[in-house]
Amino acid sequence: MTTQGVIGELKKIVGADNVLTQKEDMVTYSYDAAVLDPVVPSAAVMPENSEQLGQIVKLCSDNKLPITVRGAGTNLSGGTIPSSRASIVLLTGKLNKILEINEADMYAVVQPGVVTATLAAAVEKKGLFYPPDPGSQAVSTIGGNVAENAGGLRGLKYGVTKDYVMGVSFFDSMGEHVKSGSRTVKCATGYNLAGLMVGSEGTLGILDEITLKLIPLPKARKSMVAVYKTIDEASETVAAIISNRIVPATLELLDNFTIRAVEAYSKAGLPIDAGALLLIEVDGHPGQVAEDGLKVEELCKTLGAVDVKVAADDIERDKIWAARRSALSALAKLKPTLVLEDATVPRSKIPAMVKALQEIAIKYKIEIGTFGHAGDGNLHPTILTDKRNKEEWHRVESAIEEIFDRALALGGTLSGEHGTGLAKAPFLAKETGLSSIIFSRRLRKALDPNGILNPGKITGII
Amino acid sequence: MAGMKELANRLKELEEQLVVCIRCGMCQSVCPLFDRTRKEADVARGKLALLDGLGKNLFTDPDGVNTRLNRCLLCGSCAANCPSGVNVVEIFIKARAILAEFKGLSPAKKLIFQKMLSNPETFDQLTKWAGKFQNIFTKKDKNAQGTSCARVVSPLFGDRHFLPMSDTPFRSSSPLINTPAGKSGVKAAFFTGCIIDKLFPRIGQDVVDIFEFHGVGTYIPKGQGCCGIPALASGDMKSFEKLVEYHIELFSQEHFDYLVTACATCTSTIKKLWSSIYKGSGSKIRERVKELSSKTLDINQFLVNKVNISLSQAEDNAESGDIVTYHDPCHLKKSLGVFKEPRLLIKASGGTLVEMEGSDKCCGMGGSFNLYHYELSSEIGQIKSKNIADTNCSTVATGCPACMVQISDMLAKKNLNIKVCHPIELYAKAIRK
Ligand SMILES: Cc1cc2nc3c(=O)[nH]c(=O)nc-3n(C[C@H](O)[C@H](O)[C@H](O)COP(=O)(O)OP(=O)(O)OC[C@H]3O[C@@H](n4cnc5c(N)ncnc54)[C@H](O)[C@@H]3O)c2cc1C
Ligand code: SF4
Ligand code: SF4
Repeated sequence: MTTQGVIGELKKIVGADNVLTQKEDMVTYSYDAAVLDPVVPSAAVMPENSEQLGQIVKLCSDNKLPITVRGAGTNLSGGTIPSSRASIVLLTGKLNKILEINEADMYAVVQPGVVTATLAAAVEKKGLFYPPDPGSQAVSTIGGNVAENAGGLRGLKYGVTKDYVMGVSFFDSMGEHVKSGSRTVKCATGYNLAGLMVGSEGTLGILDEITLKLIPLPKARKSMVAVYKTIDEASETVAAIISNRIVPATLELLDNFTIRAVEAYSKAGLPIDAGALLLIEVDGHPGQVAEDGLKVEELCKTLGAVDVKVAADDIERDKIWAARRSALSALAKLKPTLVLEDATVPRSKIPAMVKALQEIAIKYKIEIGTFGHAGDGNLHPTILTDKRNKEEWHRVESAIEEIFDRALALGGTLSGEHGTGLAKAPFLAKETGLSSIIFSRRLRKALDPNGILNPGKITGII
Repeated sequence: MAGMKELANRLKELEEQLVVCIRCGMCQSVCPLFDRTRKEADVARGKLALLDGLGKNLFTDPDGVNTRLNRCLLCGSCAANCPSGVNVVEIFIKARAILAEFKGLSPAKKLIFQKMLSNPETFDQLTKWAGKFQNIFTKKDKNAQGTSCARVVSPLFGDRHFLPMSDTPFRSSSPLINTPAGKSGVKAAFFTGCIIDKLFPRIGQDVVDIFEFHGVGTYIPKGQGCCGIPALASGDMKSFEKLVEYHIELFSQEHFDYLVTACATCTSTIKKLWSSIYKGSGSKIRERVKELSSKTLDINQFLVNKVNISLSQAEDNAESGDIVTYHDPCHLKKSLGVFKEPRLLIKASGGTLVEMEGSDKCCGMGGSFNLYHYELSSEIGQIKSKNIADTNCSTVATGCPACMVQISDMLAKKNLNIKVCHPIELYAKAIRK
């Protein structure tokens, strides 16, 4: 069938209103949040239920038409940029129902288009907790979170998306419905396909249902800000907190560049001459929170914090986290183009990575603001530039490559949470070696012989 | 289409503002339209990408982009929430003007904007006629909102419940007021705005009474017209500029400390768009526009911050008065950051304020959006009316007469017996007691 023929069939499956083909609409599905060149697809289709989703995959499979699934399109690695003009974008916007929240067994079953924050709020109403909280949670979808193995601020204590996926069901490249995992805490049947789907970026199957683990909502929490003259002292504190066997829920770092940007933007009263800030939250049982809070406060002071401010109430707590949340906004306002990297190192190597970033900024004469999840080694060096300035953009590209190299040399990874997509596919071999990529390609080829599932992502062209 | 290159060139003027968008997609979480349709072209990121594409000559004609650009409430929710500080509404308005100029305004719009709206006298005369005749076409329902539904089902009216036009618009019943500052020590000019004039003259009267009560000197010149937002939203720069110049002249005839309006949309237009969009000829006139813009205040803000109305402890904790809930007009909260003051006035009037869910979610009005996309506008409005009803209130107050129109229509559709008013009406009633 021609692409036009397939589009006609798509309309029969989901109704004409749910199929978009005009050039203008296609342009709006040609990009995501990654700084990469757009590619315009042939059509976009919005199924309203699993049956329609399955039929669409089958139709595309029969016609060898590539599919790129798109949730909120907020990924930072180009995972939703279509592979070519002859391909369709599958939108999960209307697959957005929370199917079940089970309080007794503490799990939730959701469709892939459910927005992360919507789920978090719904389970919180029942005294339960879904911890993964990417900065984009107000818009990102659970499908996108699973497919990118998204992290967030609470990774250190609570882990990331992969730690909450109990089961999935998906359509494979032939349009067959596949199930894996269960609603039980333990499950030992079959391959752990749910695990395989986490981080698969739409290349192995298209998720239609996800079962997520929930945990009890912590009863108490305490937040504080510690101010340091140098970023080294701040990173030493991070290491010390952990080696003292305290695991804060969040342990975030802002460097001087970011502090100044946030202050200029929000006038929150941050110390602009501080070398770094640590924002820390401990949570759990009230007794333990009080004890851990005091210990952390002492550690900060012993290791050189010139000031430690503990939030007295929820209003003060919210102020602290508002400052952290506005970091990206504040940096974004400085220059037209913002490249948000997420190279991650073992947390003991944070001081070395911070130093490397400072050297890279000087070497390539670019501006880098660094903030992020110091507690789990996942920093966000954020490069501020203007893509229209070709010469500077080249320097930025070289700097990014060097950030990757330095992180790998420290035993780290190219990406802590933003995924491989198109952006990091060319560099993957540096981290995993060629044989791992070939293994992944063979796996893909076996599961998707016609190469219709999000071609080009992760493993490059098969 | 011929001239696409030239259009692309004209759009270059927006480039510096367009590149600010980092395509993060965070605007999806607040766009009332995207919430209903889930289509990228309906959210700011999509529309900005389309304008970018038009500037890069991606399209063979501008119609598709134009249609999508006009599917927008101009509510500014996206801009207020944008991490990168994209000035979305200003970009959209400028783009609409560029596109309208390129394509030419439709004859109907030309008639409305260039002949009627931009000539306050003709407009007043015409609507006076309309006010007298509409009773023939509509029947009065007996509902708390005082709306009527179209008797003859006309394609334009559909099943809208619209508020009857007043027989005596405010501007004609109150031709000129000019009193000196009293005990408050300040003098304010009052910009009436079309909706208050035509549909809610009672609010105009309330403002006059409140000013008198607090010893605020009042200046209401004759012959006021429209703030220009309908013309601007349709891309009609010419009528907009004419209206701005007209009012600058009109209000320069007397000295006053503040220009006050009771319409969130007028305030936000005068305060933000007059100064940022008006290009005008001489630098002198631009200066005067800036000066008037900076003196402009919303009535709630004016009363609380300049007349210093404050709450007694008892009023703050009152739980006895009528239950009132408050809807935040986008043009007050998101555009101007005003949300505390109207709440304070409600409490000062003896009402028991109960917050609704999503008080700052758009009501779906969006000016001409309501006219051209009534179904979508109503879908958005029905979420609002449910949130209002869920508070069990007897009254919903809101600081924008345009929101009042939409909310009245939505509540009437569901036969909900809830009064719709401006916080000023509650306050005026309280001081008259
Ligand atoms: C401002 C901002 C802050 C961010 N902060 C964080 C952060 O703190 N931590 C973090 O980890 N990430 C962060 N991100 C990145 C991004 O939000 C996450 O990767 C998120 O998980 C993407 O979700 P999405 O719904 O937008 O997915 P999309 O971008 O739409 O898709 C992402 C990938 O998932 C695939 N996919 C989507 N749905 C399905 C499905 N149903 N089946 C199979 N594959 C599917 C897509 O094909 C694509 O490859 C941030 C992004 C922004 C813009
Ligand atoms: S939130 Fe702002 S920067 Fe982000 S996509 Fe929307 S308009 Fe662009
Ligand atoms: S102005 Fe309102 S309707 Fe228009 S794109 Fe922004 S949020 Fe959506």
